Amino acid sequence: MSAVATQHDHAHVGTHDESHAHDHAHHSVSFIRKYIFSTDHKTIAKQFLATSMFFLLVGGAFALFIRWQLAYPGEPIPLVGKWLPDSLVSNGAVQPGFYTQLVTMHATVMIFFVIIPMATGAFANFCIPLMIGTDDMAMPTVNMVSFWLVPIAGLTIMSGFFVEGGTAAAGWTNYPPLSASGTGHMLWVIGVFLVGFSSILGGMNYLATTLNKRAKGMRMFDMPLTVWALFITSILQVLGTPVLASAMSLLFVDQVFHAGIFIPENLLTANGGLYPSGANVGAGGGGQPVLWQHLFWFYSHPAVYIMIVPIMGVVSDILATFARKAIFGYKAMVFAIMAIAFLGFVVWGHHMFLSGMSPLLGTTFMLSTIVIAVPSSIKIFNWLGTVWKGNIHFTTPNLNALGFISTFVCGGLSGVFMAIGPIDVYIHDTYFIVAHIHYVLFGGSLFGIFAGMYYWYPKMFGKMYNETLGKFHFFLTFITFNLCFFPMHMIGVGGHMRRIYDPYVYEFLKPFQPINQFITIFAIAMGFAQLILIFNLLWSLKFGRKAPRNPWRANTLEWAAPAHPGHGNFDRDITVYRGPYEFASPESKRDYLPQWIRPAHIEQETAVAEKH
Amino acid sequence: MSSALSLAHEPVTGIRHGKLGMWIFLASEVMFFSGFFTAFIILRNTNLPVFAHGASELNWQLAALNTVNLIVSSLTMAMAILSLEHGNKSRFQLYMGITFLCACGFLVIKYIEYTTKFSHGIYPGTSSFFGLYFTMTGFHAMHVIGGMIPIGWMLAKSFTKRGYSDWERVEILGLYWHFVDLVWIFLFPVLYLIF
Repeated sequence: MSAVATQHDHAHVGTHDESHAHDHAHHSVSFIRKYIFSTDHKTIAKQFLATSMFFLLVGGAFALFIRWQLAYPGEPIPLVGKWLPDSLVSNGAVQPGFYTQLVTMHATVMIFFVIIPMATGAFANFCIPLMIGTDDMAMPTVNMVSFWLVPIAGLTIMSGFFVEGGTAAAGWTNYPPLSASGTGHMLWVIGVFLVGFSSILGGMNYLATTLNKRAKGMRMFDMPLTVWALFITSILQVLGTPVLASAMSLLFVDQVFHAGIFIPENLLTANGGLYPSGANVGAGGGGQPVLWQHLFWFYSHPAVYIMIVPIMGVVSDILATFARKAIFGYKAMVFAIMAIAFLGFVVWGHHMFLSGMSPLLGTTFMLSTIVIAVPSSIKIFNWLGTVWKGNIHFTTPNLNALGFISTFVCGGLSGVFMAIGPIDVYIHDTYFIVAHIHYVLFGGSLFGIFAGMYYWYPKMFGKMYNETLGKFHFFLTFITFNLCFFPMHMIGVGGHMRRIYDPYVYEFLKPFQPINQFITIFAIAMGFAQLILIFNLLWSLKFGRKAPRNPWRANTLEWAAPAHPGHGNFDRDITVYRGPYEFASPESKRDYLPQWIRPAHIEQETAVAEKH
Repeated sequence: MSSALSLAHEPVTGIRHGKLGMWIFLASEVMFFSGFFTAFIILRNTNLPVFAHGASELNWQLAALNTVNLIVSSLTMAMAILSLEHGNKSRFQLYMGITFLCACGFLVIKYIEYTTKFSHGIYPGTSSFFGLYFTMTGFHAMHVIGGMIPIGWMLAKSFTKRGYSDWERVEILGLYWHFVDLVWIFLFPVLYLIF
């Protein structure tokens, strides 16, 4: 690199202590600008994190209601059943209408308000500027707007519970014609439109920041994999989400005016009336429900990668740091992410094998889907290559990262089953799919999110979390997770439908009730295990040990910043001299060599950095 | 923070943050309108008579006038950017003013078109063609309004004592404005001329 180190006279490490930085921030910004309408990327990341954690509890509660109904149909929900209104429950037991609302809202909340805001909102906001060594996002105000759209969207969707007819109940995929009427569905469409807009604005910002604001000397291929993954995810957000927005707009026109874009001509309901009641829908031309499916999945398949790709980046960084080894095949990892993102745009039809789509078209989607296994396997083998013969530290973030790999492999393998058309015909809309999605989204994304939360907790709040509680939380979650979701594969192959209020109306599903009860017990245990996480995060905020600058002795730039960075992030100039994974470098006596350490002063500067 | 820090250095790509962001946003917008065009193509192929009848009810003369309107506004927008870059304040005000007036004219004609449709009893629910027509032109009109706000703001600012001199910002707005024009160039033949 030619841009190496010219003006480093004032780069004395850590002479500005953080309290100084804080005083400065207090003087210049009011409370509202600092904590509520903040444009600081770290505050926005924390806001995303807090909002998502809240919605995680809400979505988790919905899941437990669903599980209770499947295990003990018709019995009152313990503790909360008697508090719910009669429109939702009868004698404390879930009613059929409420059940479909629960199924819909559980998925909607978890996807749009937990995983996506967590994986991109929280991590991209926190990590990108710190890891590329800059002071803030390229467009801080846009960033603030991007956050505030999320609570507004969340309230819009949740308000559906209080309107006549209840909230959206057509499943999170909201297929018309079922979703083409009712106030609840309109609110759902508006809410998802808003949260999608938030996602686009966020993606814009992450792309512009990564391209424009990298520290001196940092080439694209000097970026940590977290930043690479978030960068490519942002491309998916920016190009995929608007298609969902246009589909939502058209669905809205169908809902309000019954234009017949997605509603077929003269659609009759079971009782012989026209659907939606009274309106001669689509009298001027028949709509196409399958068109909705195409537009919806054109976004929602890339959305699956929006939810998993950032986590792949986070896990790569954590594994390398705690194996004290360079990531295996750095460039291969980057190209694999690119390949996954590209292929993600041409596989959406595999959700629609049973939609009446041409089998020939189905075959092309089948092929492109199976090809995704190749870059995914590259990543898996590279992760294994990274930890192979490494000096592995089993800290909480690393345990969660390793948990991510094992569950993601399971979920990935069951995904290959579904990719194959003839097999999918059999397992489509069964609990096998439910098992798969939870192995990749809970076992994959959420374990990765836990890993990232623990890993960056010291930098986010300046305190160390409690390691014992963290490990306890991980093992409890990991065990209950597998006991909860693994049996779903079996009942799925046995024919248990994916969305069914009372499976036991069918003779052949009656033997599955004990399995469902088994699943429910561990689902409840898993739900309550998350209270340990929340307790740990909140307790450590007050009573945690004060964090050093670089608690993990990692190489990436965020650890050059003060332990609890204020506005502006860094107290020294940042110049990048090397890649992010220089572990066990012959240049240094230590087993790590951070990106910002000057080549001529390796021992001295690393020693100074370790003291702070 | 130490004032000696220079973390906020020049953009790495050499392109201003806002401009880069605008290009990315426009890529996103292309995908947004692509969704509508996809739906239009699919539904037109399966409901040809409905679409032909719908298109024949539209007033293509008014739409053609609007096309000229927007193209002129795009030209004056480009000239406004150039004038401001050369520091010619009065020319900037003139061209930006024409751009704003053209946008107003566009909306007036749009209003006439819509109200005529309503008076003939044609609403978005009349047929899938009109569902798409009102959604696509409606979103386009919202984009026009979205552009008029910063145009008006910059214009108003240039009349104040401090004036307005950030021509790069006007250029970023110009990118957006040309895009809005371009969307109309696609909407016009697709909705009004093919039947």
